[in-house]
Amino acid sequence: MAQPGWRDAPSPPDFSLLKRLARDQLIYLLEQLPGKKDLFIEGDLMSPLDRIANVTTLKQHEVDKLYKVEHKPIVSTSDQLCFLIRPRVATVKWVSDVVNSDKAAGRFRRYKIIFCPQKFYVCDAVLEEEGVYGDVTTDSWHFYLLPLDEDIISMELPEFFRENFLEGDQRWVETAGNALHLLHSLYGPFSKVFGMGRCAKMAYESWRELQEESEQKSRRADIGTVFLVDRDVDYVTPLCSQVVYEGLVDDIFRIKCGSVEFGPEVTSSDKSVKVMLNSEDKVFSEIRNEHFSNVFSFLSQKARNLQTAYDKRRGMDIQQMKTFVSEELKGLKQEHRLLSLHIGASESIMKKKTKQDFQELLKTEHSLLEGFEVREAIAYIEEHISRQVSMVESLRLLCLLSLTENGLLPKDYRALKSQYLQSYGVEHLLTFANLRQLGVLVEQQPGETLTVMESKVGKLVNDKTAGKLTDAFSSLAKKSNFRALSKKLALVPKSDEEYDLRVPKDMAYIFSGAYVPLSCRLVEQVLERNGWTGLEEVTRMINRHEFAVGAGGGGPEGGEKTDAQRVILVMFLGGCTYSEIAALRFLGRERGLKFIVVTTAITNSGRLLEALLDH
Amino acid sequence: MNKGKAEEDDYWHSSKYSAFTFDDDDYDFTKLKESQRAVNSIRGLVEDDCEDDEDVEKVSWSGEPVGSILWGVKETASSLRTSGDTQNHGFPKIQHNPPLPRQSSGYSLSSLFKGKNKTSSFSSLLDSLPDTSMRVYAPELRKPRSEYKDYDSDWNSEETIRRMRQGKAYSLENFHSLQEKLLLLDEAVSSHNSNVITAVLIFLKRTLSKAILFRELAEREVALRHFIHLLKETGEQRILVELLKKLGRMEDMALLQYKEHISIKDENQRKDFLKTCLSLPFSPDDSTHVQDHYMLLERQIIIEANDKRTDTEIFKKHPRKASILNMPIITTLYYSCFYHYGESEGTFSSPANIRKTFRISEKQYFLTALGARAKLKQWSDVDRLCNTTNWLGYTKKKSPIGFQRVVEILHKNGAPLQVLQDYMSLVDNTEVRVSLAQKFKCHDIVINTYKELKDRQQLIVYQSKLERGSPEYQVIDELIHSLNIRWKN
Repeated sequence: MAQPGWRDAPSPPDFSLLKRLARDQLIYLLEQLPGKKDLFIEGDLMSPLDRIANVTTLKQHEVDKLYKVEHKPIVSTSDQLCFLIRPRVATVKWVSDVVNSDKAAGRFRRYKIIFCPQKFYVCDAVLEEEGVYGDVTTDSWHFYLLPLDEDIISMELPEFFRENFLEGDQRWVETAGNALHLLHSLYGPFSKVFGMGRCAKMAYESWRELQEESEQKSRRADIGTVFLVDRDVDYVTPLCSQVVYEGLVDDIFRIKCGSVEFGPEVTSSDKSVKVMLNSEDKVFSEIRNEHFSNVFSFLSQKARNLQTAYDKRRGMDIQQMKTFVSEELKGLKQEHRLLSLHIGASESIMKKKTKQDFQELLKTEHSLLEGFEVREAIAYIEEHISRQVSMVESLRLLCLLSLTENGLLPKDYRALKSQYLQSYGVEHLLTFANLRQLGVLVEQQPGETLTVMESKVGKLVNDKTAGKLTDAFSSLAKKSNFRALSKKLALVPKSDEEYDLRVPKDMAYIFSGAYVPLSCRLVEQVLERNGWTGLEEVTRMINRHEFAVGAGGGGPEGGEKTDAQRVILVMFLGGCTYSEIAALRFLGRERGLKFIVVTTAITNSGRLLEALLDH
Repeated sequence: MNKGKAEEDDYWHSSKYSAFTFDDDDYDFTKLKESQRAVNSIRGLVEDDCEDDEDVEKVSWSGEPVGSILWGVKETASSLRTSGDTQNHGFPKIQHNPPLPRQSSGYSLSSLFKGKNKTSSFSSLLDSLPDTSMRVYAPELRKPRSEYKDYDSDWNSEETIRRMRQGKAYSLENFHSLQEKLLLLDEAVSSHNSNVITAVLIFLKRTLSKAILFRELAEREVALRHFIHLLKETGEQRILVELLKKLGRMEDMALLQYKEHISIKDENQRKDFLKTCLSLPFSPDDSTHVQDHYMLLERQIIIEANDKRTDTEIFKKHPRKASILNMPIITTLYYSCFYHYGESEGTFSSPANIRKTFRISEKQYFLTALGARAKLKQWSDVDRLCNTTNWLGYTKKKSPIGFQRVVEILHKNGAPLQVLQDYMSLVDNTEVRVSLAQKFKCHDIVINTYKELKDRQQLIVYQSKLERGSPEYQVIDELIHSLNIRWKN
């Protein structure tokens, strides 16, 4: 698909070690409670657990029955109860209730809580307050990192986003630092760290301190460069409709822990099928990064090839047939199965998208990104709301409007908010308050209207003066100014040129050639400059929390080290989308680099906005 | 996703008494052994570490994270060591904020990281301490107990925070003066460690009066946000309300109280609660919205009570699928246009009353009423909805959403051809009209429009798409051979 890079990208390090370490530690912790025990597992830990162990593993370590934590009285008859939970107050309170009701019934059991990935102070405080401190032993299962694919590692902490960016609670910063420390110990030493964002800075600090405490051991690095990116540096990208295959599948079917469930409409039978989506799926790995418009032709080509391969068996003699069956047939059948699944999924996507008039929707998004025909876009959003089309989708468009326009005019804000509340329920007052707090859906403040004026003035005067004006105005604006950033970093390619999606020329292909994702553009620019020099204006607009640190300055020894330097770990604090991953993969192919994405969770516009709802 | 989740829940629910199975049951014990062996063999590469290993396992119950990832990592990392030389990867600190104003501190910030404790170990002291609140273990005990320090020594705030971060024993009880307490808090905040911040906040909450605590938090944004989140999590609504009030964040306080309605399930109680919300200090706009919310639920309760018992024609023919309680305003309007159309404005359930009460725009009303009446195939209602009478008494069709959307809605609801054509002919833009007509196969409209445009070529093109001999085909045939029309092409 892409033009061949100037050099082949190095292959990624082997991350399966992370799974093995997590499994072994879990087994160790289970053995700390010898004898038969019942295990209660927090709902959102089940899928991650599934990826590294299974029921047999647990049974071998004397786990008798398994339950999902449901915050209800329990029915277990076991003398030992083990709780594998997230460090949440509500869950710890529930465990305390279980213990207290046993006490009231005069029942004696042993209890153990295993917090994943770590315990918080407030958990102990709750146990103490509920009078069960000491009755319950606690431990932490440091399962920080789950490899989802050869180049994606997830911390599986979707709550990171809301708690850090909306509530302002830094509880996961240390976790991120620990995760970095683990990666550094196994795949480092890192030679350079770049970061953008407040949380990125704190995570770096947290890791650096761990680093100082622990012994330095020299090993050959697998990963040389690290990026830390706060999600709030770029909210525009995750709020855009995804149009690369993997992103679309996630938007529509929701990929969970690297696996997706295709319903009957895809499998064209009455059953649902769960499929792992990763590089081991030969069909998927070839289409995951493609713009959706190319997927059909690819799949049909693939189907034809398959037919030819099957057809080979005609005219074979017995011996050839035998070889064919033993060597090729299984592979072909497997491919056949995958192919029909992905064809089914594509059809289903097409159907859904045609029904919701996807073309119109994309047109609106693109005009918002371009800042062109904004009034029409607002009218479209208004109609979307008055027809009560998807609640989250309407919210997404409103946020995109606010982010790209640097806030809504007070008159528009009031009208759209009223309409929204009428269509989807008055309780969304709370949603609006959250969105305002986060800064993604706001009213323009009197001072900020200056930036609107600035863009108008900018058109009248020459570039240099405009640049100065931008400087002057952006220092007035509180929030980042998307329009100015977009201009500075050329995020929106000129629309008069034809964009060939089959032969993408830049990262904009992931949004049909309409927009280069800001987050990935920043990574690209910093890599190119080996730092933030020359990006001063940009950093001012992304709130000045950038940093760049390089170690010691020890020169590379021979060719081996440069390989590590071409492996770049990008850690997204607050989540990243499959589209961003696709963009980084593209950049990697172009530049002969290998990007490894570490994220607190895979996100998309739906998940991001749902996290901000209040019920 | 919701469906998937529900299914999953069902599954878990049903498997209450029996063990579940994970997806891949083909995992077997040998694989586990394999991976264990693999890990062990890596470990074995470093001979002298093996003994430590055994030692450590024996001490395990103390809560020490033996076998933790960190531990495992160290093992693996050391086994991968090829030579003894250590490289110095001196990663620098980044300056976060301007340094804290420090009133009374003999230590520089750097002393925090140097670690200057080398006193005797008093591990047994810990166990003999009577008051549990006096000793707290931070979550991660990274260092052996031998490093615990005597309680008698006077730790300042920096030292205490450092110990808390490292999971060592500490005591906050000696921080008596307000100044000491605040220094402790500032130190905690500058450590960026939310566990430490929480611990200090809980201590301050216990030992300071609310008035003082709130006053001090007002100037400390990070600590304040942690405190608010802590109160939210632990459900201490009353203190939270008090705090917001004291801070003068009246709107936040109002919203917080309003939020409580979500957890009230009984509709009458919920309604009563919403009534009490009316006097809260919302912003003027939000105040109107909350008023709407109250009036809406009040109305819905009345409508629900009536309609549950009613068995008029419409309810028999189209039984209600769900209760109207807690539905949005527009949904309620649709419901009223569906079941209560034509009622006089005086009744709570009439569309006119709802429209007026909730200040629904003409456009929105039209769209909703059109949808409901079209669903019921009441085409005459649709007609009436579009009719306007001017001062001379002529009626004219008007649509605030444009006739294109009207046609689309009618088509979606299976309107007959004649009805579709009537509205299609009202679409002003001929291009749009033709494309709509083609899409919905209204041949007359296509033909008439082309005739109107005197576009003979297009007519011929269109004819070629039709079935030969069909009535439409005939009509076009006659038209294109007609001599009375002055075609433009």
